[in-house]
Amino acid sequence: MFVFLLRRLAQAFFVMIVISIISFAIQNKLGDPVQQRVSMTVSPIERAQLRQQLGLNDSFLVQYWRFAKKAVHGDLGTSYYYKAPVLDVIFKKLPATMELAFCAIIIVIFIATPCGILAAIKPRNIVSKIVVAFSTMGLSIPIFIIAIFLVYIFSVKLHIAPSFGRGETTNVLGIWDSGLFTKDGLRHLMLPSITLAFALMPIFVRLIRAEMIEVLQSDYIRFAWSKGLSSRRIYFIHALKNTMLPVITVGGIQAGTLIAYTILTETIFQWPGMGFLFMDAVSRVDTPLISAYLIVVGGIFVTTNTVVDLIYGLVNPTVKLANHGL
Amino acid sequence: MNLLSVNNLHVNFHIKGQDLAALIDVSFTLNRGERIAIVGESGAGKSILGFSIVNLIDKPGYIKSGSIKLQNKEITTMTPRLLQEVRGKRIAMIFQDPMMTLNPVLTIGAQLVEAIRSHTRISFKDARNIAIEKLHSVQIASPEKRFNQYPHELSGGMRQRVIIAIVLLLNPDIIIADEPTTALDVTIQAEIIQLLLDICRDNSMALLLISHDLGVVSRVAERTIVMYAGRVVEEGPTLEVINDPQHPYTQGLLNALPQMALPGQRLNQIQGNMPSLNERPTGCAFHSRCPYATDKCRQQQPDFIQSGVSSVACFMVENMITEFEQNTDEESL
Amino acid sequence: MRHLKKDIIPPLQESRWSHIWAGFLGDKLATLSLAILVFYCLVAIFAPLLAPYNINSPNFMDLTNAEIAPSWISGDERFLLGTDDQGRDMLSVVLYGTRLSLTIGICAVLIQITLGICIGLISGYLGGRIDNFLMRCADIQLSFSTMMVAIVFLAVFQALFGMDMYQQLAMIMLILVIGLAEWPLFARTIRASVLAEKQKEYVDAARIMGISPKRIMFKHILPNTLTPVLVIFTVQISNAIVAEAALSFLGLGMPASDPSLGALISVGFNYMFSGSWWICIIPSLTLIILILVMNMLGDWLRDHLNPKTYRD
Repeated sequence: MFVFLLRRLAQAFFVMIVISIISFAIQNKLGDPVQQRVSMTVSPIERAQLRQQLGLNDSFLVQYWRFAKKAVHGDLGTSYYYKAPVLDVIFKKLPATMELAFCAIIIVIFIATPCGILAAIKPRNIVSKIVVAFSTMGLSIPIFIIAIFLVYIFSVKLHIAPSFGRGETTNVLGIWDSGLFTKDGLRHLMLPSITLAFALMPIFVRLIRAEMIEVLQSDYIRFAWSKGLSSRRIYFIHALKNTMLPVITVGGIQAGTLIAYTILTETIFQWPGMGFLFMDAVSRVDTPLISAYLIVVGGIFVTTNTVVDLIYGLVNPTVKLANHGL
Repeated sequence: MNLLSVNNLHVNFHIKGQDLAALIDVSFTLNRGERIAIVGESGAGKSILGFSIVNLIDKPGYIKSGSIKLQNKEITTMTPRLLQEVRGKRIAMIFQDPMMTLNPVLTIGAQLVEAIRSHTRISFKDARNIAIEKLHSVQIASPEKRFNQYPHELSGGMRQRVIIAIVLLLNPDIIIADEPTTALDVTIQAEIIQLLLDICRDNSMALLLISHDLGVVSRVAERTIVMYAGRVVEEGPTLEVINDPQHPYTQGLLNALPQMALPGQRLNQIQGNMPSLNERPTGCAFHSRCPYATDKCRQQQPDFIQSGVSSVACFMVENMITEFEQNTDEESL
Repeated sequence: MRHLKKDIIPPLQESRWSHIWAGFLGDKLATLSLAILVFYCLVAIFAPLLAPYNINSPNFMDLTNAEIAPSWISGDERFLLGTDDQGRDMLSVVLYGTRLSLTIGICAVLIQITLGICIGLISGYLGGRIDNFLMRCADIQLSFSTMMVAIVFLAVFQALFGMDMYQQLAMIMLILVIGLAEWPLFARTIRASVLAEKQKEYVDAARIMGISPKRIMFKHILPNTLTPVLVIFTVQISNAIVAEAALSFLGLGMPASDPSLGALISVGFNYMFSGSWWICIIPSLTLIILILVMNMLGDWLRDHLNPKTYRD
């Protein structure tokens, strides 16, 4: 277990290094720090001096080392637009994105799991047929179109849910601005989280259904039937756990997709989260913010993947953790 | 009284609009404590017969007609609730591949205890004690340790022992063992068969052994049923069937055994393959591979006739018997 | 030697294909999907001939004609499907948009296949360290998800080169990014079938006869790995088209002056609530139907060609 943990952490560390190099390269190449600091009137000689002072003439590796050292201390630079440390800017937006993603994941888990199971154990049931049809259709409708229709129905026609912004938030424990505790906040959360959930739902419904069908045909399920167990025990103890193992792995892989879709969802609903901030930063060419976003998201992503792998290792007794590669 | 009686059982598979017969007109009885073997090539319908006895045929298969009675209770029409009572408690099954039969994500203990607790109201602790006792009785060393292990930590032979322990938990009347040793090493095969035999003898449990290994069959079973292409073709006491096979198919099976051929000689395999479900020939299904086949065999299905202590479905045997009877009649005249 | 040669030729599967084709024609939904897809392809190829207006002519954009509803509502017979915010004929724009989306999708998948086949063959055939390294790269790449890589890459590219330059290169960039980001799927599939194929006798026989590894890979193994590739192919094109649409919707794809379906939907989104719903709905429906038929075909192929079930 310990060896596995160590290997996994080493790999996470390696991926983080690569991400930081990329984001450093972006910051280094995209913006000219000298241009940012001095006015147009400064002579080329003075500029060259400043370059020397700032260490911009050092080799790439030396500069990267400086960048990494500062990064470890939580200093990723200052946003050109917000004139504030980029990490502060990002962490202020973090709760919004986290709550959005969290709600979407909850919706996916509580709808996709029962739907997938039902479609597998009662394939002739009318509800299962609808579920299967919807998951095929859902896979074919891009989420921004789903978002457009949701907005049209629920905001424009029915006036149930607002189509942009985050609404009223309350401060929890002094660090977290939450929209989960006010009615207004929840109403604002409704459409974006449903949209985001729709992006992942069809994949999981289909996956759970397919895995469950395969598991139900296996010998150990037949043996369980021949032991005279109740169907509830067979479906939910014997089959479900085996079904969920591959689902967990895919869930880890989908973390990247989830992050990408938060960008899309936040842009559509003008949700004041990190993705929206990122697209803003891109249009304003706010390089420190872009590169910091990459590092933060990369960190979240690597953490999620590592945690998912560890969970998989803990849940699945047949994984010899030490030999488990990625 | 018969413990189990199967009468005129027909099982069909509904595949792509076709209704294909997998079992045709199968009948046999099993008495308390009796050990019967079902023999035949793979695809003859042996396993389907085993599964249909506990009404566990996978879709698209279904029992088309016939009856399966367990002490006068009809299994084919039982409600799921009652079937659940029968499975495990009255009739238990052992599967072919012990590597696939235990659930990989549950501990051995959990899989033992759930079997007891789903049939009797009993505390976990008591169930655990019974489970460990049974593990002991199938000669598993340090059962307390095994109790908390997962299947992948055990060898194949060990797993088959665990499965036998699970089967024994509720002292069933009948054990159906579907090729219980095929997936095991040869050395372990003998041990498992001996264990199974001892258990059945000691507890006077009836055994329905599905096998294609005639060596195993002759050691274990008192009676043997030979199946070909979904039908029973010969049935009789094991010694009779093996020493004096009547049906050409049974003869072919025995001739194909390696010990029947001289060293350096080709094995006497039966020519051709068993017809698959959708290309079953008319008449006797074996006629295309039978050296004695006549036009009658190609057109009509033979009925069972008594030949000594066995009963056989074959026109050739039928003719021989009638000829023999005529001869003896003439002689006596 | 002659009979040996016959033995090492990979088994032909002509009868299997004709069997599958017969099954396909028997499935109404699958046949309908294929018919719709063929229709889309024809429309895409002949868009310049079919479009009622020449989108390159300077008169094409005419603000006096802006936001005219489809002809069955407005009665304006000049524009069958109405016009967009800049007075462009919707029918012409959608025809060209379909053409663009399909082109980008197919080109991107061709890149994926080329890369995937090369890497998959190398990985599967050579094995060992190289295989290990390549597959680990594939794992990492796969877990980052195409959309995330594409968004980041295109966003940075846009910031780096500025909007004008970006718009000129948008199409090539989209093809490259979507093509490069999705290679692991094909590579893994090819690798898996190479590993399975490698076990078979004809490969051993070919090797014993002294045929070079490269020749064995391309002449002997590759043809037998094409079934799973065909299955992924359709689904991947639809994925690529969706990815392109999403990127265009975010403003990272095709510019509004040269719109793909995604870019059209993006523009239409702003007019959705002002009553000019057709600017958004028409390209949306066009896109949804295209993706739906491709996914259904992909599903059908997977169910009926599934390498997993075919093996036994």
